[in-house]
Amino acid sequence: MTRRTATCPGCGAAIEFLWSSAVQTTCAYCRSILVRHDVALERVGVVSDLPATASPIQIGTAGRWGASAFQVVGRIVYEHDRGAWNEWHLVLGDGRSGWLSDAQLEYALTFLVPAPPALPPAADVRRGQQLRIGGGRYEVTAVTPARYRGVEGELPFEYWDKRTVRFADLRTPGAAFATIDYSEDPPLLFAGEAVEYDALSLQNVRSFEGW
Amino acid sequence: MVAAPPVAVRALRCPSCGAAIEQRGFDHTRSVACASCFAVLDAADPSLRVLTRFAGHLRVRPQIPLGTRGQVGGAPYEAIGFMQRSIAVDGERYAWREYLLFNPYRGFLYLTEYDGHWNLVRTVRALPERVHQGGRLAARYGGDTFRHFQTAVAGTDFVLGEFPWEVRAEDRAEVRDFIAPPRVLSAESTDDETAWSLGEYVTGAWVWKTFELPGRPPAPRGVYANQPSPFAAARRSVWQVFMLFLIALVAMAAVRYADAPAQVLRESRQLAPGQLDPYVTESFTLGGRTSNLEVRVGSDVSNSWFYLVFALVDEGSGRAVDFAREVSYYEGVEGGERWTEGSRTDRVRIPSVPPGRYYLRVAPELAPDAVRPVSYTLTLRRDVPSGGFYAVALLLLLVPPVWVTARAAAFESTRWMESDYGSATGNAAASDGEDDD
Repeated sequence: MTRRTATCPGCGAAIEFLWSSAVQTTCAYCRSILVRHDVALERVGVVSDLPATASPIQIGTAGRWGASAFQVVGRIVYEHDRGAWNEWHLVLGDGRSGWLSDAQLEYALTFLVPAPPALPPAADVRRGQQLRIGGGRYEVTAVTPARYRGVEGELPFEYWDKRTVRFADLRTPGAAFATIDYSEDPPLLFAGEAVEYDALSLQNVRSFEGW
Repeated sequence: MVAAPPVAVRALRCPSCGAAIEQRGFDHTRSVACASCFAVLDAADPSLRVLTRFAGHLRVRPQIPLGTRGQVGGAPYEAIGFMQRSIAVDGERYAWREYLLFNPYRGFLYLTEYDGHWNLVRTVRALPERVHQGGRLAARYGGDTFRHFQTAVAGTDFVLGEFPWEVRAEDRAEVRDFIAPPRVLSAESTDDETAWSLGEYVTGAWVWKTFELPGRPPAPRGVYANQPSPFAAARRSVWQVFMLFLIALVAMAAVRYADAPAQVLRESRQLAPGQLDPYVTESFTLGGRTSNLEVRVGSDVSNSWFYLVFALVDEGSGRAVDFAREVSYYEGVEGGERWTEGSRTDRVRIPSVPPGRYYLRVAPELAPDAVRPVSYTLTLRRDVPSGGFYAVALLLLLVPPVWVTARAAAFESTRWMESDYGSATGNAAASDGEDDD
């Protein structure tokens, strides 16, 4: 992986990119949100305090998914009526970008589907709808309006100017799992599978008082 | 990279009664119940507003004290929440208890307990398929079919400790249970979502050992929905053993019947009134080991009887075995129908006759009113296989599998009695009443 470095336009601190394709990052010192334009970084805002989420994962956590090693480089925190959840941005050994979601310690690994099939528009998506994706039969099990609660680290998109988003969770009779993200039009489809903590062989996780 | 400090345990003070509360579930906890005043507080609210209170004076003591840890599947889990929930079926209330188990890396598990029956429950992230089996609702998950057992609306009666969702006293959920013992697949539906979970039956002894609880677990009462049948596995193996014995028995019989028994004597005589002197047969040799001797009397007697008094005499020792046989046969036509009574032949088996040289002494009698002479033939056969032996052996062999099968059927019948398909949810109250007498 080629490491790229830049300087924070806010405080002058060195910004080291873990992932060469990152579009957005945050400065660990002054907490500016920085968007990359070619070589220059533009300061577009400041991150608000991230809500305390007791995820064992943090930026720098490494793990394995099947034969691929990955590293956690960024994070989006979403909030909905029943609490907050994390979407951890992963970079795999082959440079691919993926997402490890942690919703109250239920984990799922998903990847952006580059050319998704036709998806129901945000206004029409309903619980119980059946969808065919890549030969698999999926059912919409939840439609969740969520708020962006904060970002951290390197992300593949510019997320700083977004406020709310609607998600649809899709499940199958097996481990396959998918999410429709209605933050863009056409919507984005992330597909992957539910995973157990122990299957990820995570290293550099947080420690918990008393554990 | 600088190591982040450990995530700290939060210490709270109940705004309702001032008691100290320890929050064990870190920021996953959304509701925490005060152990002193039982108010349920909103853990996400900085001022810990009271979310809900449970009316009434129900106080249930968890059998696993909150804060207790145990190794489940190789990882430590801590009991952090406890609730009693109940359903009402035909006016009867059935209450069970749920323990929330927490590991800060692996998440949440549940232990449920009803009448001493325990289940270790995990959430299911897949969506089981709803199918029909034999006209009944069923669910397919992980290649297994789970049969619908019961659907009921569950309420929450009492909570202690903390939960990763907002607890409300008025919460109701429709619970559908599907079973494939020792597992139970449950769907809990609210207006917003359906959550699936998979429970596996565990023993009270396992729970006590896992959480190092003092004393002994209470003995389970009755048969629980997904309790594994102690007879189901036994039934299979006992029938397998039966089949092995049956094959052995058939093989024995085949070998035995393949050798036609040796005929040792055949003699014919005629009886006529006035010709009834006792006589002796020719001598014959019984070889081999001690075995039986079959004496067959075949005759042409009709509408009469004759009687033979035998003595089987061992030439060597002079010892005799005495026995007597009557042969009678009547026939006729009455009201246009032919009838018969008795038989023209008779057969008797003398058991355990040692090898040696023998003869038979025969003293015949004939019905005094006999008008015709009677001819008969004595046929003696040695070592005749006993069909009765095989029949008795078969019956004895059938006892264990039939008994186990009956017990297994009774167990299943008791299990399903408590389901939506049982005849007798109402009987539960009646039998409870009998227990008190």
